[in-house]
Amino acid sequence: MYTTDWSVIVDNFPMFMKGAYLTLKISFLALVLSIPIGAAVGLCRVSRNRIVSFFAACYVEFFRGVPLLVLLMWIFFVLGRFLRLGSYWSAITGLAIFSGAFVAEIVRAGIQAIPKGQMEAARASGMTYGQAMRLVVLPQAVRKVLPPLASQFIILIKDSSLVSVISVVDLTLIGKNLVATTFRSIEIFSFIAVLYFCMTFSLSKFIAFFERRTIRE
Amino acid sequence: MNNITFSIKNVSKRFGTLQVLKDVTFDIPKSKVFAIIGPSGAGKSTLVRTLNGLEGIDEGEILFEGISVHQKKTDINKLRMNIGFVSQSFNLYPHLNVLSNVTLAPIHVRRIPEKEVEESARKILASLGLADKEQAYPSQLSGGQQQRVAIARAMAMEPHVILFDEPTSALDPELIKEVLDAIRQLARIGMTMVVVTHEMNFAREICDQIVFMDHGVVLEITPPKEFFSKPKTPRAKEFLSKILHH
Repeated sequence: MYTTDWSVIVDNFPMFMKGAYLTLKISFLALVLSIPIGAAVGLCRVSRNRIVSFFAACYVEFFRGVPLLVLLMWIFFVLGRFLRLGSYWSAITGLAIFSGAFVAEIVRAGIQAIPKGQMEAARASGMTYGQAMRLVVLPQAVRKVLPPLASQFIILIKDSSLVSVISVVDLTLIGKNLVATTFRSIEIFSFIAVLYFCMTFSLSKFIAFFERRTIRE
Repeated sequence: MNNITFSIKNVSKRFGTLQVLKDVTFDIPKSKVFAIIGPSGAGKSTLVRTLNGLEGIDEGEILFEGISVHQKKTDINKLRMNIGFVSQSFNLYPHLNVLSNVTLAPIHVRRIPEKEVEESARKILASLGLADKEQAYPSQLSGGQQQRVAIARAMAMEPHVILFDEPTSALDPELIKEVLDAIRQLARIGMTMVVVTHEMNFAREICDQIVFMDHGVVLEITPPKEFFSKPKTPRAKEFLSKILHH
């Protein structure tokens, strides 16, 4: 019979924390990079220039359609070979490109949620398309975009567990390695699951708090 | 020539197979108030929206103070600085307070210093009975107040003409008067205006010319006194009998 022994968690606690920290760091950096990507692609997507919006649509469709696992391996083994990216930056790049496609859709939906009359009123007063976007449409769209953007961050934290396949020593890989040497799979994988949950749950609580505050404003 | 604000020449427009404007030709002189009336689907809104280029045209030409509105080389934003537009649905900017709604375009389009714009905006708001509302947000205002802010927003650009696209259609009956009063006030100071409206008494009272349209065609352009007493066309007669005796 298997008797659980949780000392493996206590003994290796600093290592788990290091893994969790790396997971958060990679997710955060990927998010920070995916916001400008997503904003640019999303803006191109609503452009009246058909060529521009076509290429933006291609970006979204392609990177939404490729599994993240495959994308990560492709960047690490193919692109990374030429660009000497290394596993750490391959992971961040892959996550950012992938997440950028979803952020682009969030941005597009946010812009399209603003009634057409807003753009029209702004243009009618002599503003250029860019001014109307910057002064009238985007400030309103940002409020609509923040909640889905926050949940995208939660998704990113969970998705980041896939970077372990390109040998980034994140929380998941630390767990896997420890299981390989200690054979304490029940304790370790349970603990890791709880750690991921703690990270995403506290983030989602934080977002909820933040949303309540902005609504009150 | 330079007392003509808009010169509309043989303008036609189609939406797919639907002809919404058919060979429309007339001039709108400076300081005149034109009301565009007619049954729904007549092309009234489309016509007024072609005047500032919100709608394109398929044939013909529209000149604003001698400059072609729909030509590619025309800087449409420069023309629009002088053409105010007030639409049925107000379209105030919900993220800005009343004062900022009014000052946004003068600051960013006319590039007038903020202090100066705010001063004149306050005067305009006061003249429309909105002096105490400058810090309010659009969602805190009634429809009539919102539409008056929209008029103030148009006035703050100091335009040469203001276009109104059914300014009272979205309002509760008891709020219509305050908006019409604001437009009356503009008429008194000699503002050139083009008003698409269903308010016949209002049209009769303040307009210099009634433009009657049906099925994309301008059927007659007549001073209101004449139009309401003895319209020239049978279609106008029929229209008037329907709306005045219900």
